Order: sequence, then structure tokens, then C-alpha cells
Amino acid sequence: MATIEERFDAIVVGAGPAGNAAAYTMAKAGLKVLQLERGEYPGSKNVQGAILYADALEKIIPDFREDAPLERHVIEQRIWMMDDTSHTGMHYRSEDFNEEKPNRYTIIRAQFDRWFNAKVREAGGIVLCETTVTELVKDTKGHVIGVLTDRHGGPLLADVVVMAEGVNGLVGQRAGLRDELKPQAVALAVKEMHFLPQEVVESRFNLSGDAGVVIEAMGAVSKGMVGTGFLYTNRESISVGIGCIVEDLAKSGVTPYALLDQFKAHPSIAPLIAGAEVKEYAAHLIPEGGFRSMPAIYGGGWVVAGDAAHLVNSVHREGSNLAMTSGRIAAETIIWLKRRREPCAFDNLAEYRKRLEASFVLKDMRKYQKIPGLLHNNRQLLNLYPRMLSGVAQSWLRVDGKAKRSKEAEIFKAVRKQRGVVGLVADGLRLARAWR
Amino acid sequence: MSTQGTRIEEKLYQNRYVVDAGKPHIKVRDHDIPSPALKSLVTACPASCYSLNEQGRVEIVADGCMECGTCRVVCAATGEVEWNYPRGGYGVLFKFG
Repeated sequence: MATIEERFDAIVVGAGPAGNAAAYTMAKAGLKVLQLERGEYPGSKNVQGAILYADALEKIIPDFREDAPLERHVIEQRIWMMDDTSHTGMHYRSEDFNEEKPNRYTIIRAQFDRWFNAKVREAGGIVLCETTVTELVKDTKGHVIGVLTDRHGGPLLADVVVMAEGVNGLVGQRAGLRDELKPQAVALAVKEMHFLPQEVVESRFNLSGDAGVVIEAMGAVSKGMVGTGFLYTNRESISVGIGCIVEDLAKSGVTPYALLDQFKAHPSIAPLIAGAEVKEYAAHLIPEGGFRSMPAIYGGGWVVAGDAAHLVNSVHREGSNLAMTSGRIAAETIIWLKRRREPCAFDNLAEYRKRLEASFVLKDMRKYQKIPGLLHNNRQLLNLYPRMLSGVAQSWLRVDGKAKRSKEAEIFKAVRKQRGVVGLVADGLRLARAWR
Repeated sequence: MSTQGTRIEEKLYQNRYVVDAGKPHIKVRDHDIPSPALKSLVTACPASCYSLNEQGRVEIVADGCMECGTCRVVCAATGEVEWNYPRGGYGVLFKFG
């Protein structure tokens, strides 16, 4: 067992977007950084859809486009409301997204995280893989001074520990810094990697060059649970997956893999992935509880960033950008304290919270704080509205010899029967209030 | 759209694992009658690690585990699942993630 005697300015737990952002930012500023990752290589335990939002990474590594493993830049977003046989789509495609510095990319996380972590090493950070942090070490006053791992005999010591340990967050949980995840505030997502020749991907989605399409799907595909499906085009593969709130899933008796296979078999999805070779099946939790389920994010000698802090904007399907931004801001706060020769004490690290509040991260988390509760209490609507839309669209489009006026009357009658005018207005108001 | 075709073994076969032989990272506490939460893991686990044995108890074989944490979250209130990360370097190894 190796013993590391030296003391670090910071120890970073985890090598996902939050951990890599924090470790890179601190190492680049000259701090002595030790980063610990339990996987064989950084990325080997990490799962995401995945979409990379350029802005968050640009603020950390401005020229990332030169060598980062990017799949396709997104030029088209489709939002599909699905019933069993149809989808009603809202599509936005723009040539403006074919720009010199595109805004969103599809990525493959195991490859991307490995690249990001190599940047940490280049910047002078020390990275130890295959090392699981087992607990935090505190002094007699409860101030965090380091960590214990499953590979080192003694504690590894640092002035501050950045917990970027991901959604499960066992290290912080077991140190009593935050509670266990609640089944109603976390979603389980499963996904598969479907490989197809590059030209097949491009012809099926009407693409050329490095351009890509992403689809987010809701409705019947989640079988009455709160959940969404997705399909993202990579260079020569398609990521297809579906996620549902864990509490709903446990009650439903539906297996996650059956849910995924049914999504894949939907007549709107099946032709897009037909003939593909599946090379991986992955599962991962997403903290969907929003602002109201966020734990404390700083204390004496510690800060939390990314999924471990529940920083996910489920409405906009954003998470990795909140992770990178919170990791960067945590690092900048620590650098700022170091330069002022101030300790990473509870009162001083309150600056991290302050800076995060001033950024889009906590502004967005606050904005949507009522949405998880709204969905929790109205999950049946996720099924009803896509069905209603499909019914309306189908009656409207079928040419069947009926006069248009009687057709309209039929449509309104069907809508009133399914939800009622009062219900419709109330749903609209509830959504508007939660959205505001 | 039947669920009959779903074979979890085929899905897991695509994945890479380094199994820590003899040291499962998840254990089910001894029990006579499983709680509804524990029983729900037979379907809720995405790797189908949990099964109901002939005595009506829930068993786990964690070899195909993807370390998502669903079982720990579902059984947090009953304490029937003891969950740890595998030792560093062991467990699932995502090529794509």
C-alpha cells in the first residue's frame, strides 16, 4: 500500500464533468491537486445521453474543439409527444447552427471524460484511478481535512475536498453531509449504443458533415410514469434511451429494459435504428428533484459540485453544463481563498454558494423549483396530452367526406371529454405558475 | 410491442466487467419475508440482478450490476440492501457510457 505523505491544496473526488472542471481549473492556477477516480480510466463509470453544451466547457478550455472527441454538432432538435402509434412533433432545424463554433454537440462520455481528464494531467494535476474514496477524514472540530481510500493505508490530506462524486454521492452521504436520494426525486435512465455506418446515420436524419439531430420524446412511451425517452445521433452510432422516476418504476412492475425495448419498437423510432449493432447497455441515475432536493453544497473544508449537489435542470435536459460550471466556480472560489491566504473554512466557502447563486446554475435551479412537484402530482397528464394531440391531429388530417365545421365540433367534444374545459384551464395555470 | 422479446442477458453480454470474485459489492440483508420495496427490485433493477427464490426470499447476483444505485434508493427506508461501490478498478467498465 502506497502512502502519500504530502499535503495537497485540494483533493477532488471523481473524474466526471464536475471533477474534471474543478481539478483542471485549480491545477492550471498552480494549486497542488490530487484527483481520485474509482474507474479503471476516467469515464469508465460515467453515463450520459449525451449532449455537451459548448459554453460551459469554453469557459474552462476555450480551444477544446481542437482535440476533444466530439461526435456531431446539433443542428436540429425534435420534441415528440407520443401515443402508441404516432408522434406529434415540434422540430427546430437551422442552418445557423452550422457555425464556426457550434453551441451543442453529441458526445460519448467514456471517451470525452478521458480526454478532459488528460487535460487535468497536462495542467499538472495528479490523478489516481482505480481508487475508491471510502470516507472523509475530519479533525476534532468536524472540519474536513482529507479522505480515506481503498488503496492507501493512511489518510490523504488536503486543505479542501471537492466532492464531485456523482449522483450516488456515498462519500458525502456517509459523512452525514447530505441525505440519501429519495425515490421520487431521482430517475433511472437506461440506454443502448446502436452502431450504424456513418452514411446510414446521415441519410436517415438528412444530415451531412458533422451535423446531428437530437430527439426528446414523451408520452405513452413512459407507460404513465414521469419519464422521457431520447435518441441522439453520434458520428457512426445512435444513443437511444429512456428514463423514469424511480418511485414510479418500482411501483409499475415494468422492467427498465422492457421499457427501453418498447420505446425502440415504437413505429416512429424503430426505422431510425433498424439494422444497427448494439454494443453497450448502460444504466444511470439522474437527480431530478430540482432546487428543493438540493443538499448543502459547502462546509468546513468541503464543497460539492455536479450531480452530487443535484444540479440538474430537468426541464431543459441540462446537467453536465451545470456540473462543469459548478466545478469551475468551486475551483475559482478555492483559488481566490488561497490567493488571499484564507483557510477553506465554512464561512469562507460560503463564497462558493454566493457565486453559484449569481450564475445561471442556481438561477435556473430556482426558476424551475416547482416543476418536479407539478409532474409528481400530475403524472397522468404526461400520457393524456400527447394522446389528445394525436387524436386532434389525426381527425384534422384525415379527409373523410365530413364537413369541416362538424369535424371541428367533434375535435372539441373529444378534448372536452378527455380533460374538460376547467381541467384544461387549470393545467395551463398550474404549468404557468410552476414555470414562472 | 410485446415485452416478450426482451432478453436482459443479451444486453448485459455487450458490457465489460471486472468481477471482484467472492467480494460482492451489494448484499441483501437476511430476511424471511421481503418488503414490497425489496420485492420490487426483481423488476426495477436494470440489470435484473435480483430474483425471488423458492423460499420467497429475494436474492442478488451482482455480476451484471451497472452500479446505478436504484436498489439502494428503493430500499433506503427498509435497510434491506447493503450497497457499496466495488473496489477501485472493479465492476462495470463502460466503453461508451
